[in-house]
Amino acid sequence: MRVTRAIETAGAWLLGIIWIAPLLYALWAAFHPSAYTTRFELLAPLTLQNFAEAWDAAPFARYFLNTFILVTMILAAQLVLCTLAAFAFARSRFPGSGILFGLVLLQLMIMPDVLLVENYRTMRDLGLVDTILAIGLPYMASAFGIFLLRQTFRQVPKELEEAAIVEGCGTMAILWRVYVPLAKPTYLAYGLTSVSYHWNNFLWPLVITNTVETRPLTVGLAVFASTDQGIDWAIISAATLMTSAPLLLGFLLFQRQFVQSFMRAGIR
Amino acid sequence: MGAARRPMKRTTLHAWLLLSPALLLLVAFTHYPAVATVWHSFFSTPRGNRPARFVGTENYAELAADPIFWQALSNNMIFAAATIPLSIGLALAMALWVNGKIRGRTALRIAFFTPTVLPMIAVANLWLFFYTPDYGLLDQITRALFGWGPTNWIGETRTALGAMIAVAVWKEAGFFMIFYLAALQAIPPNLYEAAAIEGASRARVFWRVTLPLLGPTTLFILVNAAINAFRLVDHIIVMTRGGPDNATTLLLVYVYELGFRFWDTAMAATLTVVLLLFLAATAAFNFLVAERRVHYR
Repeated sequence: MRVTRAIETAGAWLLGIIWIAPLLYALWAAFHPSAYTTRFELLAPLTLQNFAEAWDAAPFARYFLNTFILVTMILAAQLVLCTLAAFAFARSRFPGSGILFGLVLLQLMIMPDVLLVENYRTMRDLGLVDTILAIGLPYMASAFGIFLLRQTFRQVPKELEEAAIVEGCGTMAILWRVYVPLAKPTYLAYGLTSVSYHWNNFLWPLVITNTVETRPLTVGLAVFASTDQGIDWAIISAATLMTSAPLLLGFLLFQRQFVQSFMRAGIR
Repeated sequence: MGAARRPMKRTTLHAWLLLSPALLLLVAFTHYPAVATVWHSFFSTPRGNRPARFVGTENYAELAADPIFWQALSNNMIFAAATIPLSIGLALAMALWVNGKIRGRTALRIAFFTPTVLPMIAVANLWLFFYTPDYGLLDQITRALFGWGPTNWIGETRTALGAMIAVAVWKEAGFFMIFYLAALQAIPPNLYEAAAIEGASRARVFWRVTLPLLGPTTLFILVNAAINAFRLVDHIIVMTRGGPDNATTLLLVYVYELGFRFWDTAMAATLTVVLLLFLAATAAFNFLVAERRVHYR
């Protein structure tokens, strides 16, 4: 019994080490001169030079700005659109609401990620190719967000709404004063998942952007790593860490909230 | 009668007004493109001053005669058959460990979950170094442990797809762990107490109590893992571009190649239809099987 426990603990730790190893390695390579990239010596000198070189080698400041604009824009639009739609689905049953909700849920299975070709065509017809708006548009009406908020709104006691009606609140006032404040944890959970999804999203932004002015960090990093850096792992590691740093730091600082938010977003 | 119907109509109107912005975007970027993909698969690719013309099922015949398509299909089947059970199994093991009384569980939980917050593209860069022949970490380890010579893990057709599967499993397992963790914490402790009173072994408790109660979560994760098997290709596009010799070309990778490197939009649309069929099958499974069994709280 004790032996199996010990083996299990060892297995868990081995798996944990494998899971964290790429990140630990990147930290090692990024903070040491490239001579030490594959030589692991405890007293190897530390340096920030790799970060400086990576920062100068590509327009990362611009990429950061683009990604920041992108995730903010998507999240803001998602919060508004999903709140309105979820409110309609949660509060009123009207003819066809079931079918309509099914059509919304379809997006959980058929995500915009696989509809590259047609969405590119649409963006070209709208004259939006190579704009940040075009990266965000397909994701703004999020079935996941609508679903999550609808579940939350349905748990709001009817009495609260009736009290608000007695006080003379209109539909929008009820939504804003009763439903939205009660759904704060859901908004936080959804916000974290949305930001990390779109911070990390790659294929659609790769397809729809082709200039420095619109590229998000992920695409910028891919372009940077592929344009013959002489495969200097130290610099590539530095650039990789740099682009993931905001999310990673956020996660390490608010580890518990992050995990709980993802959990909340997963329980449906 | 008319007076009684009017207030109902007003709520309906309100609902439609609230729904319309989200619906407009959903239709424009999910439903319309899904239908348009099928429509465009029956037309030729417009080139220069030659507009697209109706070609019937010619594109499908061409796809069926394309050996790369069949390879992408079989690669994708292998990718799905490997990543789905591996990531689910590992996720369950991780969740059980992190939920139990193991030493250093906070550190383990962070280690398991970290890949979830890293961009796939950053992950690809890190793993690229792992797989580098000779001085990459994997070769250094296999040399020290087994005395193996240098292996070009992602450059050889024999190992490349496996290397891509490993990255996908590494990225996904920690994410799925979260859902198992949530489910485990929702299991009432008195069930375990009852099992303890009856003197059930740990293995028996797992098979008879824990696993059945995790059924709905497993189905939910299964559906997500299946979707990801057709969607999660970022690392492949960066690490191998589908190579060597198409050994790592999955359906979506090939869609990207056809659509945005050869600009053959008709063939890309036709291939997307195949991809959509798999996703539709997953959706059907979800609505017909999974939803029936899962009791949402």
